[in-house]
Amino acid sequence: MATAEVLTNGNSTLCDWHDRYYHVDQILDRPGPRTDPSFMAGDGVKEFLRNQCKILVIGAGGLGCEILANLALSGFKDIHVIDMDTIDISNLNRQFLFRPKDVGQPKAIVAAEYIMKRVPGVKVSPYYGKIQDKDDAYYMQFNLVICGLDSVEARRWINATLVNLVDPENPESLKPLIDGGTEGFKGQARVILPTVSSCYECSLDMLNKPTAFPICTIANTPRLPEHCIEWASVLEWPRVQGDKKMDTDDPEHINWLYTVASARAKEFKIEGVTWSLTQGVVKNIIPAIASTNAIIAASCCNEAFKIATSSAAYLNNYFMLIGTDGVYSYTFEHEKRDDCPVCGGESLDISVPRTWTVERLIEMLVEKQDIQIKKPSLSTASSQIYFQAPPQLEEATRPNLEKQVFDLVPDGGEITVTASTLPFSLFLRITYS
Amino acid sequence: MIKIWSMKKNEDAAAKRKPKTSAAQIRVQKDLTELDLPPTMKTHFPDPADLLNFTLTITPDEGMYKGGAFTFSFVINTNYPHEPPKVKCTQTHLLHALDRKIYHPNVDLEGNVCLNILREDWKPVLNLNSVMVGLQYLFLEPNADDPLNKEAAEELRKNRDQFVYNVRQSMRGGNIKGVQYNKVTVQ
Repeated sequence: MATAEVLTNGNSTLCDWHDRYYHVDQILDRPGPRTDPSFMAGDGVKEFLRNQCKILVIGAGGLGCEILANLALSGFKDIHVIDMDTIDISNLNRQFLFRPKDVGQPKAIVAAEYIMKRVPGVKVSPYYGKIQDKDDAYYMQFNLVICGLDSVEARRWINATLVNLVDPENPESLKPLIDGGTEGFKGQARVILPTVSSCYECSLDMLNKPTAFPICTIANTPRLPEHCIEWASVLEWPRVQGDKKMDTDDPEHINWLYTVASARAKEFKIEGVTWSLTQGVVKNIIPAIASTNAIIAASCCNEAFKIATSSAAYLNNYFMLIGTDGVYSYTFEHEKRDDCPVCGGESLDISVPRTWTVERLIEMLVEKQDIQIKKPSLSTASSQIYFQAPPQLEEATRPNLEKQVFDLVPDGGEITVTASTLPFSLFLRITYS
Repeated sequence: MIKIWSMKKNEDAAAKRKPKTSAAQIRVQKDLTELDLPPTMKTHFPDPADLLNFTLTITPDEGMYKGGAFTFSFVINTNYPHEPPKVKCTQTHLLHALDRKIYHPNVDLEGNVCLNILREDWKPVLNLNSVMVGLQYLFLEPNADDPLNKEAAEELRKNRDQFVYNVRQSMRGGNIKGVQYNKVTVQ
């Protein structure tokens, strides 16, 4: 039986009433036959979960609201949340931490305040902005990262950032990433152990491609309201507005598209072009279903809890849910891809004499028996060193062949190598002897 | 916390840190340096340090567009290869030039191109080489079934000889049905 612990986090001492965590503690107080040997039943694990574990939630939207509530109620007490959006009236049907008075306010800040008010003793630190604003040191402070995002780009960014954060000398640098996602009745939850298990980039080819209509259909034979809207946004906007960038968050722009699409629809006797459909098509909005979000967020939070406490085996590593045709779910181990540009590839530490030219380095790579490269192209993160093709770039980078590697790459610097004979990319870390 | 680190011990190679080059950047490097273009296609980088913005010029050596030079701008965003490159027909090396009119059933007067792998059939396994080969194919086999320039498509379907004549006219900078086309012939 749990007794109220003395906690040091914020005002939790005052708020931790007797048996607050009675039910959760049933799991944490004693090991079971299948719990991990590292499980420290009792005070050890509770101390970690409630006083030490720092978790980052990315996204405070449909999934994020659920995730924040679930984490707070299962005993996580140091939660950070990032979201770059403000609250729109259309969010209120499912993003239950927000009220009509909050419309226009930053999601992260309102969500954090709500959770702190509702769940005593929990500290939620919001950041209203982009994940890209934060540096490695920021991400390094967390034990776990959990994502409820709606963008492939943001997922790829955080995935690559966490993979790059892994430092072979420092176990703390490996941050498990739990990623949730939903689309209507479909959803997925997955656990990514950066560099250890399959990462987000490894599975990029599993994504549904965004709906796109053939451009000639849009131009000539529209049949659907969507065709008229795409005509307005893909063909008419650049024709009429020139280089002016379309901002899908600007109601004026949506208005313009709606007017143009409606005229087109009238001409072809197509019904169904509405303002909200226009917005939906250009922003690629998929109707969000609150209960799908609830299932996926709950699943993500269970994994966060299991990973943080070792109280049960965690998801290995991909759970998918398809609710469009009855209910189907499947859990499988997505495998790491050897040629994944983020977590795959080979990496080599090589030491070269300070006097070596780029040409000499390339010769050495070609001669190296264990990598078998022909015609390698080399670059650093910021510039090209030598490209075998296309001709213009070969010519532009050819003068580098005679330069010393030392003049182009600092000691400890990295070079990305690609070659057609190499099914993955190769990373070299250069030190000088 | 679970002890993930113990799982890592066995995988030395994977434990090494990777450079901070974005996945899109590496993929573009791989695509570009492995381009295997025939003499009829040539890339041009306005800024050689910027791999994400360039043009491709196609000079068909057979078919009805033989003797012309057709330039396409490529704009690749950081979501490549999840998203296809944005390709437009443009008649200069400037990426946003206004004069881009060519007479082709699958290219409209704004420079939009109807090629399935640029939109609805794009897949990340395709690469820049496939797109370029696809573009060249449009000049060998213009397709009247997917029109973007309706008049040109109509002509191609109804009267192939007249279409071929129009193509020659347009390539010399001629006027067809009130539209002034850009001169694209090369010596």
